[in-house]
Amino acid sequence: MSDTKQEWPLWEVFVRSKSGLDHKHCGSLHAADAPMAIQVARDVYTRRQEGTSIWVVRSDQIVASDPGEKGSYFDPAEDKVYRHPTFYKLPAAVDHM
Amino acid sequence: MHASIEIGTSAALQYLLRIGDTALIQAQRLAEWCGHGPALEEDIALSNMALDLIGQARAVLALAGALEGAGHDEDQLAFLREERDYRNVTLVELPRGDFAATALRNAMMATFFRLLWERLRESRDRELAAIAGKAVKEARYHQRHAADWVVRLGDGTAQSRARMERALIDLWPYAAELFAADAVDLEAAASGLGPAWSELEAAWREEMEVILGEAGLAAPAATPFLSTGKQGAHSEHLGYVLAEMQHLQRAYPGGVW
Repeated sequence: MSDTKQEWPLWEVFVRSKSGLDHKHCGSLHAADAPMAIQVARDVYTRRQEGTSIWVVRSDQIVASDPGEKGSYFDPAEDKVYRHPTFYKLPAAVDHM
Repeated sequence: MHASIEIGTSAALQYLLRIGDTALIQAQRLAEWCGHGPALEEDIALSNMALDLIGQARAVLALAGALEGAGHDEDQLAFLREERDYRNVTLVELPRGDFAATALRNAMMATFFRLLWERLRESRDRELAAIAGKAVKEARYHQRHAADWVVRLGDGTAQSRARMERALIDLWPYAAELFAADAVDLEAAASGLGPAWSELEAAWREEMEVILGEAGLAAPAATPFLSTGKQGAHSEHLGYVLAEMQHLQRAYPGGVW
């Protein structure tokens, strides 16, 4: 009994809502393998016309930054406004930068 | 209680009711899984398929009502007909059984519906052809999803395989009704409304054999048993389905929310 009752692995789901846009992370689900993950992602995350393309990836295959390192990783960027490209004058013809 | 309606007997009407009712009752049985699926993800998938089928049933029953010309809309046809006036095949009214039985019945019915919708795209009735054009995409997905489960369970553990074999023994004999031609079929085929369902049998058997083969299962041998839901003579199970489905509209006629 116990060796047949294993949880299906967890998968992260990324959905592209329109051609040209990026795939966006929208949640996770359990599935036995990749084909099942794609199918249930379709059923769970695109049932209201949210998508035109789906990616799934095993959650345990994602390498994440350590939340404990958040300070040393991200805080130093706080006072470096000169890294934002806001000091340039754009020609009027350039929209949506 | 709201009185039942009587319906016309033309072959074209019967042909449409067979399609609409089969989709509707299959949807009712699938919807029973809502909140009871083996996993949350599959629970949603089964409910999605039920809703697809209700959409198909609604479109076809609305068309049937228009064709009958007696002023019955799709809701009246669904909620106010007696059991004997339902024209669904018996297979879809059988209790949902365990998940193996549900997966197998889904595969059998989705394969059938996909083949039927493909042909109905060429119906001389433009509205039916348009309904089929939309429904065939849904049926393709239903077939893929259900076939996947048949393979996973048939080719799975000893337990899942035993359950799938049980489901085959229980359900397979009911497939014969799908393809038993009668006057309704022949008239629909002659008028160009849609194919005689018997024309779909060879392709259906071929596709089911591929699915079962991949699952390591074999189709049971044919039996002389022939169910008769299409003619309105149902199993003892349909009455309970209708009682639950129709109760609210019978008690509160025309009720909406």
